[in-house]
Amino acid sequence: MNKEWPIWEIFIRSKNGLDHRHVGSLHAADAEMAIQNARDVYTRRQEGVSIWVVESKHITASNPEKSGEYFEPAKDKVYRHPTFYKLPDELKHM
Amino acid sequence: MEKNIKDLEAEFQKRIDNGENIEAKDWMPEKYRKTHIRQISQHAHSEVVGMLPEGNWISRAPSLRRKVALLAKVQDEAGHGLYLYSAAETLGISREEMIEQLNNGTAKYSSIFNYPSLTWADMGAIGWLVDGAAIINQVMLTKTSYGPYARAMVRICKEESFHQRQGYEIMLTLCNGTEEQKAMAQDALNRWWWPSLMMFGPRDEESPNTEQSMKWKIKRKSNDELRQQFIDQTVPQADILGLTVPDKDLKWNEDRGHYDFGEIDWEEFWNVVKGNGLCNRKRLKDRNAAWDNGKWVRDAATAYAERQAEKRVSKAS
Repeated sequence: MNKEWPIWEIFIRSKNGLDHRHVGSLHAADAEMAIQNARDVYTRRQEGVSIWVVESKHITASNPEKSGEYFEPAKDKVYRHPTFYKLPDELKHM
Repeated sequence: MEKNIKDLEAEFQKRIDNGENIEAKDWMPEKYRKTHIRQISQHAHSEVVGMLPEGNWISRAPSLRRKVALLAKVQDEAGHGLYLYSAAETLGISREEMIEQLNNGTAKYSSIFNYPSLTWADMGAIGWLVDGAAIINQVMLTKTSYGPYARAMVRICKEESFHQRQGYEIMLTLCNGTEEQKAMAQDALNRWWWPSLMMFGPRDEESPNTEQSMKWKIKRKSNDELRQQFIDQTVPQADILGLTVPDKDLKWNEDRGHYDFGEIDWEEFWNVVKGNGLCNRKRLKDRNAAWDNGKWVRDAATAYAERQAEKRVSKAS
């Protein structure tokens, strides 16, 4: 038997009320082991209160070569931001 | 339309010049990829082999306080190895391949770990000097151009400062102890000083890769700059301990605003790099033994995972 363990992506919630954030990856034979290893590697100094693990092969990423056509259209849509709208200074609570 | 390599390389260099990070799936020159695989995997191997000289002293630490600290430090090194292996894997090399390169001796790791840790004071000197030198290099690397490597470095640097402080505290305690204890600390400094300076690599004029590495922002400072920075910040720390740095040419140069220092024994450096240091063979033997002796654990975990997966399938059907 000589099978490499799959790679898992690790997400940690640093404290209650915050999102889980990607912190890194590791190899493990199964999900349970991935969580145990993630506990040992990524929360040795109280960095987290919750762990998610996802096998890397289940993640689909956008293509960086297409990031222009994907993300640039949002650039010229300044009207999606509150500062686009010119209002008098004396107006409060808005 | 397919862009030609020259255009892609020019575009790539422009991104680097603009201070952008390169990410795993971005186009990159093959040499950039290869250089990174080599550098990051060597760095990972260094963390892993670096556990050996210190592991030697865990069971003989002089107090429980020292023992838990050393144990935690060695565990951190394992974690650092993992962060780095993961970063290297994003470039398309497998973990297994890297481990094989380490175990069969084709991959390099930092030569510093081919020196023996003879006394308890060596735990102090390693934390203070070896981790100190590593931190200088690693702080620079938090700004390296390859994103996954830079992020691993940020994480490592956060953890590393405890390593250096625990080492210095060991030295301080010895230096405030008996004559024999202070002599032991001095002896450790004598043995680890020069190898620590060698950690920054050959002199700039002997380091053919530096120019390309700087252009790609893999490195942001040269070997000699980093070495000088280490000396300038470490000598006053030795003064506080009341220890003497074993270099008769060491002296503050007012004009340069730096310490001048003596010639490094480059023959020794290359000799250790080539595999003839005091512990090269032992380190490889220990790594191989750890890998071989862990095989049944890895196999058992794999078998267990497969069995559990089968059970889930049969339950579902």
